[in-house]
Amino acid sequence: MLKIAHHTFQSKLLLGTGKFPSFEVQKQAVEVSGTEILTFAVRRMNIFEESQPNFLEQLDLTKYKLLPNTAGAKTAEEAVRIAKLAKASGLCDMIKVEVIGCDKSLLPDPVETLKASEMLLAEGFIVLPYTSDDVVLAKRLEQLGVHAIMPGASPIGSGKGLINPLNLQFIIEQSSVPVIVDAGIGSPKDAAYAMELGANGVLLNTAVSGAKDPVKMALAMKLAIEAGHLGYEAGRIAEKNFGEASSPTTGMVTS
Amino acid sequence: MKSIQLNGKTIELPETVHCIQDLLELYKLENRIVVVEVNKEIIYKEQYTAQALSNRDTVEIVHFVGGG
Repeated sequence: MLKIAHHTFQSKLLLGTGKFPSFEVQKQAVEVSGTEILTFAVRRMNIFEESQPNFLEQLDLTKYKLLPNTAGAKTAEEAVRIAKLAKASGLCDMIKVEVIGCDKSLLPDPVETLKASEMLLAEGFIVLPYTSDDVVLAKRLEQLGVHAIMPGASPIGSGKGLINPLNLQFIIEQSSVPVIVDAGIGSPKDAAYAMELGANGVLLNTAVSGAKDPVKMALAMKLAIEAGHLGYEAGRIAEKNFGEASSPTTGMVTS
Repeated sequence: MKSIQLNGKTIELPETVHCIQDLLELYKLENRIVVVEVNKEIIYKEQYTAQALSNRDTVEIVHFVGGG
């Protein structure tokens, strides 16, 4: 179970809603993924053109919790403005703080992320900051009172997987709030790996929406997250630098 | 005639548009999931008819789009 503030979820997969090839594929992917949390971005409406269908308006909102992000914000103040707009919809109380500080890597601005988180906590939001995998920053965010920490596995949309599992492990082991590995997941093995490290959840988008078959990949991610979590709970064996027979070494049938 | 800045574009308001509710109806948005901001202040649904539009107001109408 994933518990974020007063919300509880059976699924540990948080799914982004960007860049799907069609609403039909997206609907099926969301369905088979088993996710209960969908992320969205807040943008100006294109009101001067013929009304375009909107994915959110086609969802059964009783089945999903919305996690809007503050993508597009470069400062804490911009993030707070976007978060307030999102909350004013009356559809959500959680916010993914996303303040990008580098256009090439899309890595978050740690200072503005911290500042935005503090301001949003004061406004009563349930705050889930997307952060780099900096161990001390994660501690500082936790001290502020954020409701979950969401360190990136690697740059957004890169599909490079967990480039610093050691840092992620430090964050996970020391955090008393849920840790959700967010961004950079490329394949099911990455999602499973994050969960095996003890993560409480995984947030991904492009890995599913950009897959050749997004619906099948959504299922693969669901299973990978479940497998990784079970593996973590089961406790893996220690690695050894030698072979150790799994068959008995006595009673051999020899001539 | 009043003119406002709407989602980054300057538009002339028809005489029939007095409040946010009128503006949303003008663009057929009254039943859509939107959030409205006037001069950086959020206007909640309950205020849509009370909130009059003034000349040179800056209005943002935003919604949720796909994102990660």
